[in-house]
Amino acid sequence: MFKILKKEYLANNIWLMDIEAPRVAKSCKPGQFVIVKMDEEGERIPLTICDYDSKKGIVTIVFQIVGASTQEMAEYKEGESFMDFVGPLGCASELIEMSVEELKKESILFVCGGVGTAPVYPQAKWMKEHGIDVDVIIGARTKDIIILEDEMRKVAANLYIATDDGSYGFKGNGCDQINELVKNQGKKYTRVVAIGPMIMMKFVSLLTKELNIPTIVSMNPIMVDGTGMCGACRLQVGDDIKFACVDGPEFDGHLVDFDQAMRRQRMYKTEEGRAMLRLKEGSTHHGGCGNCNE
Amino acid sequence: MEVDVLKKIPVREQEPKVRAANFEEVCLGYNKEEAMAEATRCIKCKNPQCVKGCPVNIDIPGFIKEVEEGNFDEAYHVINKYSALPAVCGRVCPQESQCEAKCIRGIKGDAVSIGKLERFVADTARKNGIKPVPAKKQNGKKVAIIGSGPAGLTCAGDLAKLGYDITIFEALHKAGGVLSYGIPEFRLPKSDVVDAEIENVKSLGVKIETNTVIGKAVTIDELLNEEGFDAVFIGSGAGLPRFMGIPGENANGVFSANEYLTRSNLMKAFDDVYDTPIIAGKKVVVVGGGNVAMDAARTALRLGADVHIVYRRSEAELPARVEEVHHAKEEGIVFNLLTNPVEIYEDKEGNVTGIKCIRMELGEPDSSGRRSPVEIPGSEFDIEADTVIMSLGTSPNPLISSTTEGLEINRRKCIVAEESDGSTSKAAVYAGGDAVTGAATVILAMGAGKAAAKGIDQFLSK
Ligand SMILES: Cc1cc2nc3c(=O)[nH]c(=O)nc-3n(C[C@H](O)[C@H](O)[C@H](O)COP(=O)(O)OP(=O)(O)OC[C@H]3O[C@@H](n4cnc5c(N)ncnc54)[C@H](O)[C@@H]3O)c2cc1C
Ligand SMILES: Cc1cc2nc3c(=O)[nH]c(=O)nc-3n(C[C@H](O)[C@H](O)[C@H](O)COP(=O)(O)OP(=O)(O)OC[C@H]3O[C@@H](n4cnc5c(N)ncnc54)[C@H](O)[C@@H]3O)c2cc1C
Ligand code: FES
Repeated sequence: MFKILKKEYLANNIWLMDIEAPRVAKSCKPGQFVIVKMDEEGERIPLTICDYDSKKGIVTIVFQIVGASTQEMAEYKEGESFMDFVGPLGCASELIEMSVEELKKESILFVCGGVGTAPVYPQAKWMKEHGIDVDVIIGARTKDIIILEDEMRKVAANLYIATDDGSYGFKGNGCDQINELVKNQGKKYTRVVAIGPMIMMKFVSLLTKELNIPTIVSMNPIMVDGTGMCGACRLQVGDDIKFACVDGPEFDGHLVDFDQAMRRQRMYKTEEGRAMLRLKEGSTHHGGCGNCNE
Repeated sequence: MEVDVLKKIPVREQEPKVRAANFEEVCLGYNKEEAMAEATRCIKCKNPQCVKGCPVNIDIPGFIKEVEEGNFDEAYHVINKYSALPAVCGRVCPQESQCEAKCIRGIKGDAVSIGKLERFVADTARKNGIKPVPAKKQNGKKVAIIGSGPAGLTCAGDLAKLGYDITIFEALHKAGGVLSYGIPEFRLPKSDVVDAEIENVKSLGVKIETNTVIGKAVTIDELLNEEGFDAVFIGSGAGLPRFMGIPGENANGVFSANEYLTRSNLMKAFDDVYDTPIIAGKKVVVVGGGNVAMDAARTALRLGADVHIVYRRSEAELPARVEEVHHAKEEGIVFNLLTNPVEIYEDKEGNVTGIKCIRMELGEPDSSGRRSPVEIPGSEFDIEADTVIMSLGTSPNPLISSTTEGLEINRRKCIVAEESDGSTSKAAVYAGGDAVTGAATVILAMGAGKAAAKGIDQFLSK
């Protein structure tokens, strides 16, 4: 059993939890993920490792309520435990694998959207600890749903906040902010790391392709085992089929087929999934949403 | 009970129509009378050929003699000397090509039903609460076993009986390997059979650490150098699914057999109490002809689909067990033989709508003697489908080989290990099962686990 040592509400249905998981904490690196299975009947839920303390044996996860399982997860209390917690899975962030010397020559821009801000934080923190300056953009619909702003401010050389409605910081989305920085302010970046909803990563990648800036994205397709055994997580990356759980989750954003990935991600999503099940099977009882009246 | 020495006592099964709609076990097994009657058919040969046909050389006439005399507990102890998983083997071993193929009775008439007798003995022992006997004394040496499939469980059980301190590390949340995630409930009941046999191995003192991916959470070198293990056995299986590389393969509704079966078996998606969803499909095409394909097809059928199997060779070449093919046909699965998929059709939303196939014919035998299928030009045709399950075989996961210094692998990514004792190119590291051979059988994996247990014992007794 894996104990919840701390639980904290961030904003916009996003929760942070510290989990006691010594084996994971000892070996994990930024960019990797875990799979949580809450109880006997639960599904296997992949979540990015958002921070860790190897000495204390703690791993931090940050998740957003988007469906039945994440809703159930948010109902767990401090002191309670998850049945299964496996990791670290996937490869460490490409940047972390580079030497500090090489990284110092780079000029890196992180772009985060929504809950994707959480996995960017440990990477930016790692950079700060190794004396590497990075810029960070946090994009959000509106001011109230921004998470980890104070934490991020401590580790980023420059933090830019962009809100769609202009309620805070720059008015516009992440892409508008990149345009503003690169085209209007003449900033030069050698690399962009975008983590957030697939649609946001898609548009950032389209823009950076035009701007000719290599871009890393962190993909979150549907997964089952997370060890390369099922192929549920497969993505078209350039000419190759890649399994996100073992080959990723980070990929070259200019090569990922986002439209296909978004279609595949929707396969079981509560709304669409239920509709699809209704269409295909005449009932929706496999949707897993917990709200069925049938 | 009357016995015709030329004919095996038939085993009771669920009616095809009934079982096609449930996940209960298909074969019901022998009762006491039937088992004792079948046991009389064994001639107890002086030089038993059946034992030679068994990869772990179970004393078959020995246990059958005990069954004949009604000493069922004794029969269990005879088998348990050789096999830690008799209730599993009695159900899934290809006896028809192993022990039963060599049975003298089989020359004129039916071979003795060795598999069904083994199953009866194991099931009876479980009902009577008979357990294997643990070691009297611990020897203080620690061995790590990677993977809790048949290879790992066997190696663990054998070493524990010799007094070793054993920890199994398993990547998934549940032990059993393919027995838990792959082979369906209706062929191999999970809580009654698989879990019970795993409990037996645990009762020998074996510890199982689930949720631990070796090569990620901890490496083999760390186990040996930092965690104090004296030797390691790798039984990590061959779990990586293959795809065909044809257009449309990433459409919604195309699954690997591993995904489909894992959702249904390990995650129990067929049961509403569990959260994991499965899109069962209404019209399902399963591509492939092995045991895995049969299991995927029969699972889809039970979830309510019309199922076609598409296989590129002819019936004679189907790699699946005869019994499984027979059961699949009885249940109403349609076989499209000498047929190969060339494209999967999808609609605007990316959902599967059908599959384009081409007819094949068998050409000249290749170097292995198998006649290879060749396409018949212009013979393309379509099959309507909303779900396609790819069951084209699997290969070993590179996770361990890529994180272990000095571990030799071959061209097929299989770990190179000595057949006689499981030793690898790395000192103190042994391997066996599907990780070494590529996808094979339960009993071969068990045989390899046994051989490695002997090898490890010799190495650590030096
Ligand atoms: C590598 C990786 C890292 C992730 N990191 C985070 C993170 O740090 N924080 C966070 O909030 N979310 C993260 N996600 C997404 C998270 O796993 C999903 O939001 C969650 O599984 C949805 O479950 P649900 O039942 O609440 O939602 P529902 O929408 O009801 O899901 C229905 C079904 O769809 C599947 N599903 C839907 N979306 C996803 C998805 N994106 N990934 C996997 N399965 C999905 C689920 O298996 C479920 O069965 C990550 C996903 C991946 C693959
Ligand atoms: C659907 C299906 C049906 C089959 N039907 C039959 C049948 O009827 N008869 C028959 O004889 N055979 C059958 N087989 C084949 C048989 O199941 C396998 O040959 C056998 O299970 C191999 O045993 P193993 O111990 O080598 O590996 P597996 O059973 O594959 O077990 C390997 C275990 O290692 C774990 N693992 C992998 N990597 C790691 C890691 N890095 N760290 C920790 N753990 C790890 C895996 O999660 C898994 O649990 C079938 C196979 C399938 C898939
Ligand atoms: S999640 Fe199963 S292969 Fe990636």
